[in-house]
Amino acid sequence: MEGWDPNTKSTLTQIPLLSTRAGPRDGAAWTQRLKEEYRALIAYTGMNKSNDNDWFRISATNPEGTHWSGKCWYVHNLRKYEFDLQFDIPVTYPATSPEIELPQLDGKTHKMYRGGKICLTVHFKPLWAKNWFGIAHGLCLGLAPWLAAEIPILVDSGAVKHKDDEVIASTTTTE
Amino acid sequence: MEEELRAMAEDLEEFKRISRESVHADLFAQLQRRVEKITSLAKSGPIRRSKVKDMSAEVVDSNPYSRLMALQRMGIVKDYERIRNFSIAIVGIGGVGSVAAEMLTRCGIGRLLLYDYDTVELANMNRLFFRPDQVGMTKTDAAVQTLSDINPDVVLESYSMNITTVKGFETFTKSLTCQNTHSSKHFIGVDLVLSCVDNYEARMVVNQACNEINLTWIESGVSEDAVSGHIQLLIPGETACFACVPPLVVASGVDEKTLKRDGVCAASLPTTMGVIAGLLVQNALKFLLKFGHVSPYLGYNALKDFFPTMSMKPNLQCSNNSCLDRQREYVSRKPERDAAAKAKEAEMLSEAVETALHLDNEWNISIVGDDDVESSNASSSTSGMLPDGLIHELPTADFHQKAPIAQDSGAFPDDLDELRKHLDALNAA
Ligand SMILES: [Zn+2]
Repeated sequence: MEGWDPNTKSTLTQIPLLSTRAGPRDGAAWTQRLKEEYRALIAYTGMNKSNDNDWFRISATNPEGTHWSGKCWYVHNLRKYEFDLQFDIPVTYPATSPEIELPQLDGKTHKMYRGGKICLTVHFKPLWAKNWFGIAHGLCLGLAPWLAAEIPILVDSGAVKHKDDEVIASTTTTE
Repeated sequence: MEEELRAMAEDLEEFKRISRESVHADLFAQLQRRVEKITSLAKSGPIRRSKVKDMSAEVVDSNPYSRLMALQRMGIVKDYERIRNFSIAIVGIGGVGSVAAEMLTRCGIGRLLLYDYDTVELANMNRLFFRPDQVGMTKTDAAVQTLSDINPDVVLESYSMNITTVKGFETFTKSLTCQNTHSSKHFIGVDLVLSCVDNYEARMVVNQACNEINLTWIESGVSEDAVSGHIQLLIPGETACFACVPPLVVASGVDEKTLKRDGVCAASLPTTMGVIAGLLVQNALKFLLKFGHVSPYLGYNALKDFFPTMSMKPNLQCSNNSCLDRQREYVSRKPERDAAAKAKEAEMLSEAVETALHLDNEWNISIVGDDDVESSNASSSTSGMLPDGLIHELPTADFHQKAPIAQDSGAFPDDLDELRKHLDALNAA
């Protein structure tokens, strides 16, 4: 698995694969797929918690299960940086993966496409296409390595400020 | 404003008459010149041309179509005016799509449907078409603004939305098939889709829609390093669809390892985008107006000025079900195609005999039929090696997780709501 660290790979292989190949327009098959998505997310979240590596919250915001939102965070220099997280299940899912968006970081880094969509390595899509992955795998293989690579750079360059610092800055300016 | 200026000129004349002081004559003359200049400037302001009912071939400087209709006189295109009956959908109004839209508008296309979810930004100004004063407008609205000024004859529809969501896709497919009742022409559906998007996901959505509706489309792309691009013709069932084979792109010759990707996702050049837009629209015109040869795949390597070509047959194991349906239909129509080809051959043969009877071939020039040109130029299917200069866009996956890990069904409820609650509880813990 070129492009990923051994840790990501071993985590990935422990997330249950999905067995129903269905998209949001596939009716009952999509409901079945959603159940599998939840099972994989529950397994992944539980795994993160027991490894003391809890790093995201995500849930579907509509009954059809096509829009998801939540939070993700990353600890850098002992401080926690938290961001809103959202994505839509594309109409061509699971042939194509969801495009993960961090809207608060839109315009702050070149490693993003329009609308705050994170820019993934060229190795992501082939891996996604070949394996029976779901939302949990996408987060593990796409978002987690992206945060690990980009957040330290964004914090060190000052593009991203810790929320405590931002509060201090705004109170000092109002004084 | 014109009236105000005229009144001002009259006042000035009157003032000059009653003042009678010759010492002010120079000053009056200067003031009059200034008013005249402003008046002429005001007159040269934006004027909108009126709509044209029929395309005329008349060569006068007021005819916007004379040079296009000349194509017909020269025998390049049989019936150019047919262009007014065609509808084209352009998905993605960025560096390629906007330029393609302007070209088609200037060519007098009947109707254009424009799709994009983005707004115009200053960061787009290294590309053609959009102007700084349009920053903040949706790309589709800004495009309609400019295009309707250039050619009011074109029926323009603006769809500012994301086609990849379930709802967006519904609107998208509906707009590709329904009737436009706002124009006198009553266009139904579209004749061709041009994909000018910048990502794989959106291309797969266009592919899905075109396979379902059975619509021909031409895909276009510019590489993220801005020095290569391509166009690809996709006829559902007849050529490979976008899901049939892994996407092909032009090898720029720059080693992926030496390419400094760090810190940037994509670069762009107005030149490369302009070239690709030109190749795209050129092939769209050839396809619709039936002249010349439409390239199944045409690449552009800007560093070497190299244009590789190839063609791709559909994959019998394509993962897209609509593609498989279209493939079956295409196979079942084979007798029809054979009959048509035979008829055409007979027609061409009789024409050739006629020509031979009438002309002594004193230059000893032999005419090469269309079919010969085709077979000598285009390399056949991709089953074997890729032609020189073309590579797969994405690396092959080097990891395949075999069997799904057995799920302890006892540990999880089977009800969706229960599962949702289970995750929520875990999240809250
Ligand atoms: Zn296919």
